[in-house]
Amino acid sequence: MNRAGTAVTLRGSTTSALLRLFEHREVLGILFVLPAVLLLGIFLAYPFFFGVWLSFTDTIIGGRGRYIGWANYRSLLQDSLFWLTTRNTFLYTIVAVWLKLAMGLVLALILNRLVRLKGLLRAIVLLPWIVPTAFSAIAFWWMYDSTFGVISWVLLKAGWISHRIDFLGDPNLARASVIVANVWRGVPFFAIGLLAGLQTVEPSLLEAAAIDGAGVWQRFWHVTLPLVMPLLVIVTTFSTIWTFSDFQLVYIITRGGPANATHLYGTLAYQRAIQGGQFGEGAAISNFIFPILFLGAVISLLYVKREE
Amino acid sequence: MSRDPEASAPGGLTRREFTKAGVVGLASLGISSVGLGSLAELAHAHHPEKSYNPGLAPPRITPEKGASLRVLRWSGFVKTDQELWDQNTKKWEEQTGSKVLLEYLSWEDVRPKSAMTAAVGAGPDIVVGWYDDPHLYPDKLHDMTEIAEYLGKKYGGWYDVMRQYGYSTRLKRWLALPIGAPAIQINYRVSWVKEAGWEKPPAKTDEFLKLCKKLKANNHPVGFALGHAVGDGNSWTHWCLWAFGGKAVEKDNKTIAINRPETVNALEYAKELYETMIPGTASWLDPHNNKAFLAGEISITNNGISIYYAAKAQFPTIAEDTDHVPFPVGPVGRPMEVGLISQAMVFKHSKFPNAAKHYLMFMLEEPQYAPWIDATRGYVTQSLKYYSHLDVWTRDPKHTPFRDAALRMVPLSYAGTPSPQSAAALGEYIVLDMFADVCTGRKTPKEAARAAEERLARIFKK
Repeated sequence: MNRAGTAVTLRGSTTSALLRLFEHREVLGILFVLPAVLLLGIFLAYPFFFGVWLSFTDTIIGGRGRYIGWANYRSLLQDSLFWLTTRNTFLYTIVAVWLKLAMGLVLALILNRLVRLKGLLRAIVLLPWIVPTAFSAIAFWWMYDSTFGVISWVLLKAGWISHRIDFLGDPNLARASVIVANVWRGVPFFAIGLLAGLQTVEPSLLEAAAIDGAGVWQRFWHVTLPLVMPLLVIVTTFSTIWTFSDFQLVYIITRGGPANATHLYGTLAYQRAIQGGQFGEGAAISNFIFPILFLGAVISLLYVKREE
Repeated sequence: MSRDPEASAPGGLTRREFTKAGVVGLASLGISSVGLGSLAELAHAHHPEKSYNPGLAPPRITPEKGASLRVLRWSGFVKTDQELWDQNTKKWEEQTGSKVLLEYLSWEDVRPKSAMTAAVGAGPDIVVGWYDDPHLYPDKLHDMTEIAEYLGKKYGGWYDVMRQYGYSTRLKRWLALPIGAPAIQINYRVSWVKEAGWEKPPAKTDEFLKLCKKLKANNHPVGFALGHAVGDGNSWTHWCLWAFGGKAVEKDNKTIAINRPETVNALEYAKELYETMIPGTASWLDPHNNKAFLAGEISITNNGISIYYAAKAQFPTIAEDTDHVPFPVGPVGRPMEVGLISQAMVFKHSKFPNAAKHYLMFMLEEPQYAPWIDATRGYVTQSLKYYSHLDVWTRDPKHTPFRDAALRMVPLSYAGTPSPQSAAALGEYIVLDMFADVCTGRKTPKEAARAAEERLARIFKK
């Protein structure tokens, strides 16, 4: 009897202690955040730090690597293929993001002025973004095909060219081709993102500017653009991050060829780590993506903070 | 399929007579100096007399009670392949009371998944993988020596190339069981080759080039992949390099041997061959040559037997007009072909290693393996010499070149042995890129050989 009574008292005191703990806002906050922190830690932080660690080892597939310091990075800096890949990655990102930005902005402005069929047209614009990347990559792969590609076929039938274009066989054409595929896929993200920004612009501001004598270009440059700029920065940053770390499009369309002319950091890392079995070096290549992503994230965060 | 070792071999001889003739012929000529013609004549005498021992008792391996295996395999190139594999698996389940969960993946995806399995120490118990995979992670694999030696003794021995892939000379044990090799041969249009003045593609590289030039002049160009085509691109460029005496690395697995005159000769030859190709091969991946051949756009390419079977199903007139020959022999004087060797590995993380070993042994025994090879319809060349007599190789003469392919194959690591470095070099497409650079005029042969040497040195110095 006595023992049971003690147990009840103990349980009661434990419960009340827990309840008192929950009354502290700091403790409750930590408890609420904990699941998210655990998820981030397990699925993001751990793989990231493990990747960083791998890059400092000579791990090959199935083998236990040993610490080799900066050897993988030094070796990569002396590797002509790595430098070619670096040039490809920057070219791919810079050209594709600028094209997506320009075309996305124009498309957003057009969509914003539409009165009829707004919903339908917006849905159509979103299609390239919705289609799984692998599907669209395969479609582009066939469109660019040197023997059966529809682009060459149409131009040939129209009499504009005398022989088929080898889109993916010439290094520069191949680079341009994968950029076009990326732009096609990425424009909707800019268009819809910026459209959301454009719709928050007060029409009265534009009307006031027009009354003051501002032309179309001036209204856009001095009223619309500053107002959508925060969104523009965010959208561009995200797109830069995704484009810089792209893998699927290039891997499916060219496998990094011809003669490595379209390799990006992502595809080269995969080729070395998974196909070639050099985990350590593959991880080191992946880590070259990180500074750019970090920079992008910092820029967008600082900008948003400044705007606030 | 014949189960009788004394059954008639093609050509009306008994198996014993045929075997005898083959052994004498091979011994007198010597495999390294043998020409293609003589090799082809001897090709069905793959195994020496008395090398087939059907009564040999298998090693005692008892599957664990209640074993459940996960098996990862590449998906079949022909439908009947998978059907037979499934049937054999079911038979094993019934006989042992064990369970097997089979997973088929596209052949290019098996290597990464196998690599992950090795890296994390979890996943399938058995992976039927490719190339030098077992040499990348030998410590993760069970010793297969007992079974490999038993099967070798029973079924005429393993082909040299299979042994090179399955056996580790460093560890002195079998790492995996080679289950066969999808062979890649020259596929050609019979009527166009005849129109050009040849009965079939010549067996020597210089004559072969003459044929290709004539075909191009007749508006029937040839086509060989120069993009990052893992199977077709790697196979024809490695053949070309080796046919002229070139090699990436010496036998010691250390000395880089690519920047030599033999390589330059091979590249110059390839450049001339490229002039006879259809435009666009610089970007071709594995499926491109199949499509171009079936569309009648090219007269010659290199491929497995899949083009022929696709043609049979969809374009019977093209199938009728299609045939196969081995790759031509170059100045080096002996056939040099790439083998897409597939090997079955048992991982150490398996909870049922005995069941896994037993399953693989069962699959390579005659009652299962013979009908399976038959069901692959010429796509998979046998790994054990005894199975060269199967009916599948002769019931359609267009299959026959694939039967003998294992005799002509050398490992992709040639002249070295399979290793993490050779796997890395292959994964980097170093040889393929070297040929692509020269063919498309981006580099001279000497420049390309120098660049390849630098890339190989980076890998092999590690």
